[in-house]
This record gives sequence, structure tokens and C-alpha cells, in this order.
Amino acid sequence: MELELDRVDEIVEEYANKGNDKSPMIPVLQDIQTTYGWLPEDALIRASKLMGVSLAKLSGVATFYNEFRLKPLGENHIVVCTGTACHVRGAPMLIEELERNLGIEAGGVTEDRKFSFEGARCVGSCAVAPVVVINGEFHGNMTKKKITEAIEELE
Amino acid sequence: MTIIGSPSDLEDLQEKAETEYQSHETLISMCGGTGCRGGGCQDVIDELKSSLKEKDMEDEIGLKITGCQGFCEMGPLMVIRPEGNFYCNIEPEDVDDILERTIKQGEPIERLEYVEPESGEKFIKEQDIPFYKNQGRIVFENNGHISPTNIEDYFAVDGYSGLKKVLFEMDQEEVIDEVKESGLRGRGGGGFPTGKKWELCYQQESEPKYLICNSDEGDPGAYMDRSIKEGNPHLVLEGMIIGAYAIGAEKGFIYIRAEYPLAVKHITKAVDQAREYGLLGENILGSDFSFDIEIMEGAGAFVCGEETALMASIEGKRGMPRPRPPYPAESGLWEQPTNINNVESYANIPLIIRNGADWFNSVGTDNSTGTKIFSLVGKVNNTGLIEVPMGITLKEVVFDIGGGIPGGKEAKAVQTGGPSGGCIPRDMFDIPVDFDRLQEAGSIMGSGGLVVMDENTCMVDVAKFFLDFTQDESCGECPPCRIGTRRMLEILDRITSGEGREGDIEFLQELGERIIDTSLCGLGQTAPNPVLSTIRYFRDEYEAHIYDKSCPAGVCQDLIYYHIIDEECQSCDRCRQICPVDAIEGEPGGDPYVIYDDICIRCGNCQDECPFDAIEIVPGQREGEE
Repeated sequence: MELELDRVDEIVEEYANKGNDKSPMIPVLQDIQTTYGWLPEDALIRASKLMGVSLAKLSGVATFYNEFRLKPLGENHIVVCTGTACHVRGAPMLIEELERNLGIEAGGVTEDRKFSFEGARCVGSCAVAPVVVINGEFHGNMTKKKITEAIEELE
Repeated sequence: MTIIGSPSDLEDLQEKAETEYQSHETLISMCGGTGCRGGGCQDVIDELKSSLKEKDMEDEIGLKITGCQGFCEMGPLMVIRPEGNFYCNIEPEDVDDILERTIKQGEPIERLEYVEPESGEKFIKEQDIPFYKNQGRIVFENNGHISPTNIEDYFAVDGYSGLKKVLFEMDQEEVIDEVKESGLRGRGGGGFPTGKKWELCYQQESEPKYLICNSDEGDPGAYMDRSIKEGNPHLVLEGMIIGAYAIGAEKGFIYIRAEYPLAVKHITKAVDQAREYGLLGENILGSDFSFDIEIMEGAGAFVCGEETALMASIEGKRGMPRPRPPYPAESGLWEQPTNINNVESYANIPLIIRNGADWFNSVGTDNSTGTKIFSLVGKVNNTGLIEVPMGITLKEVVFDIGGGIPGGKEAKAVQTGGPSGGCIPRDMFDIPVDFDRLQEAGSIMGSGGLVVMDENTCMVDVAKFFLDFTQDESCGECPPCRIGTRRMLEILDRITSGEGREGDIEFLQELGERIIDTSLCGLGQTAPNPVLSTIRYFRDEYEAHIYDKSCPAGVCQDLIYYHIIDEECQSCDRCRQICPVDAIEGEPGGDPYVIYDDICIRCGNCQDECPFDAIEIVPGQREGEE
């Protein structure tokens, strides 16, 4: 599928016009990701040309920060918090359950693109650990059973 | 909206806001923090709003949607003032009862009252609940009272009085001296005296100077800063503006984690409001001091909590640290003098200025003054955010405030300081929590994560968890950290999968010490701490993994097995049905069931499913098998 790249031009332009004295790589990438949901290679190539920075440098920034994705997400995206509190309250078991249930590893997408899931560092809701974020919504005190039910509901 | 052009304008506004704040007979403070949102508070809030309207009660009953009130475990929760009645685990269906019975008739609703899990005792007043009673809240004092998106509420609680005081009654050196005298030490973990840091930056001649708020709370298991920004963002802004005045900065940055959307929203709104009122911008409050703030969203890298890496990130580069000196005070952002403090440090500043250094340092210990906010989480009954005087013992934190360990289990350790900290064993719970004593015990204060661990937490697994984190977050710049943490993780992986060998413990210690000595930045210099401190206090667990091939806590999957207790098994077949790999054999109603270890993947589903508690985890590997 051909990607509509005009938005990239607009984003780069927007920051170039801000007259800010800082190199805008991070906010440009953030906006590209907000637009496409991930960072498509073509968009990176385009942005690097427009910004006059090498693709290597831009990719360096894109791969350095956890926020940036170089793969698209599934229709439903599940984030399992793997912070310390979640870890001691059983997050690893939740990840294994998801891996078995969806047949993909953390960071992957199901073949039908219906689900993707990943572990996150800490989503800062430690008091209700373990926490799972399903399509942006926080769910505290998660169990394997509850996660399976949630997936069934989305299927 | 009008620009506040003079100190008396501010006083008028404060007075007006206070009158408005007190205009309701009854005030419902509903927690709208992230924890309660996870518990579904938005539905309760919607119901409250529509019911108040329907019942025509909007005039006499005020409704405040506050930031985090701390007791996240019990959310959604509310406090009804002035009585101070506390309701928790509220559902939308409860709203009608709350309005009709409690508010109209003063009748308590028993099912919404807090019940202490261990004693079964009931509490109705917020201030009587052990979780709150044993705290000492100063930074958090107003979190449960004000609406964070409403600057008038902050005015109502004396907000920006500290700023007024410094701009019109104090010169820069006096502000710095006051902060020095307060004894405030950096709340981000390092514990460097804040006043001294400001003085260093103030003394630099080069212009412009920058001021940064480090709000990249990357420490897993900690969310104090998030809750301050969400619950009382103007307190942080006021602290930053005071700091900027003291050092002579005209531009500030808030570097905030993009993973905290609500905090980003609230702080952004607060900055806009402050600008509208002329609390940011040119000639603040009619003085000749000008200062403005820009918000920068971090893109998720733990190393960016390190100040030089954070500055590289603001400059738009990969967040790689650089050697110090020169310190940021001398050469920071774009090589200009820069002052960088953590959120909680700034939040303390307005209180110090308003109430004086002596008021502040009367709380806490000699070398650690004031309070500290901790996120009390893990295996403890009352989880949430707590603010306690420095010097409180871990025992008081875990048992008096935290209410002990759930399920009658034994506490094993408390982990402080996140990936840079260490584990403190139960028999040392009497030590007072302050910067120096924690360090002596092989941990650090850190930013305030306090994770409680019980007998079912494996300390080798915890050490591995942190190393997995730090080796992944290592920026890769210096080899001791990049390669060293990876090697340590490989050894821990081996140990927890039953491949540990003699000499591993000693090698981990030696490697850890080398990494500490030779790494470039704080990440590497502290990364081995979780391993070293667990070896120091829990060496026997490492030895059990290595020599007995057994995980005493029952966590490491290669060093445990699941066993069906013959006497308990009722042959109900449930375990066999739920097993994802057909590792269980038996006939319904027949002999007790059996688990085949070579097929079993140790997922624990059978144990969760068994209604008779007939399935147990046994540490070690079953006799007669590999």
C-alpha cells in the first residue's frame, strides 16, 4: 500500500517554522508516529531529506527511545506493565499467558493484525499492580483469567 | 483574565478564591488520579455530576475532582468535607445513597467505609485511617483538596505567596540562603543539597541561564512525581519560578515522560494559566523579573533521568550522558549554566519560602530534613502514595501505614531506590529512612519507590529483573555498563535456570564492583546495586539456586515443580481441563491426579483453578528426573 507522505512535509515544516534553536528530531518523530501510529521507513526517509539530517542520525534517535515503533500495531493493542511492583505481583505470568493465548511473543503482532502486545517499563499505577493497558485503558489488579476474558471480548 | 500586576492584585485574587472555595456547605473531594481512573472513577464522577444537577444540589454541594489522594488501592474514593468522611471502592450505583443518605441526612453508608484488612476494624473519618494517620503530609497536603486544573483553587490555599515573597522581599542570595538553611536535599535520588546547587549556578557569570525540572520519572515501581504534577501542578511551577529567580534564569524546561498523559495535560494547562495571569512571562507580578517555561515530552529512555543525558535529549539528540565535571551548573544546556532539580524538590520550595527554613528543618533528621514521598507498593496491604517525615523506620512504613503483608505471609525485604538501589532485609526494618542510613545499608533513597517483598518473592529473580532493566536501558556509550551489565545478566540467567556454578557469586561481586568504579554515569555506577545488596543479605538464596538447583521462594520456573497432594485431590478433573499442554493425567472420580514435570510448563493455571488447594509448588527438581 502506498503511503500518503504529505503529512510528513507538514510536520517538518511546522517545526522548522517554530524558529526554535533546538534540533527538532524528537518532536517530529513523535508527530509522525501520532499520524501513522508507527514510524514507516518511507516517512523516515522523507523526513530526513526534508530536515537535512542523515537517515542514520534520525534512525539513531528513533531506535534509542522506547516510545518509537518501527512496526505497526495490531487493531487492539495490549500493554503489560513490567515495572517492579507488577513484576513481584505476577506480571511475568500475564505475559506468558498472552504469549500462549495470542501465539505471538511480546512486541509482536498476530497474523490477522487483530492483536499486538508488548511489555512496558512502568506505567505508574503501581498501587494496583499488576496493570494491563488495553487500547489505552488502564486495568488494575489483573489476573490471567481477566486478561483471557478481555481478549475474548475483543475477538 | 487579567494579568496580576502587583503583589496586592495577587492578594485580592487569593482572598476572592478563598471565599469562593468556602462558599459550599459541603464539599465532595473525589479522587481523579490515575490509580482511581484505573478503578473506574470517571463513571462515578459522571454520575455525581448528573445527580447533583438532577437533585438541584449544585449550589450547596461543591464537587472537586482532585489529583491523586494516595490510597490508590481503595479507589475510586472520596472525602466529604467538612466532616472528613471517607468512602472507598465506590460504584456509580452508590452515588444516590451518598447524596440522599449521607449528605442530606448525615447517615453513614457502611458498605463504603474503609475496613482495615488485618483487624477488620471500620473507619469513617479519613484522618483516623492508619494509612493516613501515620503520615505527615506537607507537599501532598492540598492534593486531596484542590482541583489541579483550576488555578483559583491554588490561589485559595495561599498559592504563589512564596513567589510574591521572593520577588518583593528577598534578594537572590537570601533565597539561596533560605533553601540552604532548610537542609533540602535533592529528591530525585542523589540527595545533593538543593541550595548549594542553586548557589553554584547563581555564581556563574555566563548568560543566559536555564532551569530544568526533571520529570522523567523512569524508575519502575515509583510514581510520586506523576502524582504531584497531576494533583498540584502549580506547586511545582511556583517552585521553579522561585528557583529561576534565585539563579537568574530566564528560560525553563519541564522534561516530562510521555507515558504520563494526565500529568502532561495538567502541567500544560497549569503553564498556560500561569501565563495568562502573568505568573510566567515578562515582569512577573509587576516585578522586573521575567521567566518562561517550555514543556518537553520525553520519548521513553530511563537514562534520560540522568541530568546530562536529559539535557542532550532536550537538545534533540539521543539521550547520551557525558562525563562530569563540568557540572550542569557550569556548563549545561547548550553549554550554558543550568540548574536541574526533580519535581518533588521544586514542590518543597514554595513551602520553605512561605513557612521558613526553621519550620522545614524541624521535621526529619539532622542530615535529611523534611518529608519524603514514597510509592508504597508490592506485597503490602495498603498500597499507594505516602508522605512521611524523614527518619521514620521501615517497620512503621510497612506495618503501621502499609498494614502489613497480605495473606498472613512474612515480609522478606523492602526494595528502595529502584534499579539503582538495593534490598533491605526484614531484620533491618528498624533503620530510619534517610539518605545516609539507607546508603550504609547498601541501598539508596532514590526517587522514592518502596517495593515490599514477601516470602514468595525470589531475591535472585528480583536482582535479575533489575539487571534486565538496566542492561536494556544502558545507552551503550561506555563499555563497563554496556557489556558489564549484559555479562551479569547472563550469569543471573544461568543461575535462575539451574545452570549456576561454583564461583558465580564471587564473579558477580567482582564484576559489579568494577562496573561501579568505571562506568561513566549514574546508571552504570549504580546498576550492580540490586545484585550486590541481594548477595549481601540473601546469599543463601543464591546458593540454593546454584548448588541445590532449587528456588526457595518458588518463583524460578526451572527450579520448582508443581505437585498434586494425593490427600487433597478430589479428582474433579478441573486441572486437567485447564492445562494448556496436557501435562496432567487422571480420571474424574478416580485416583488422585498426577502432573508430568517434563511436559509441565509451570504456568500455574492448575493451581489457580484447583478449588481444594491440592496443588503446591515445591522448590527444587523432582527426584529421579533431570
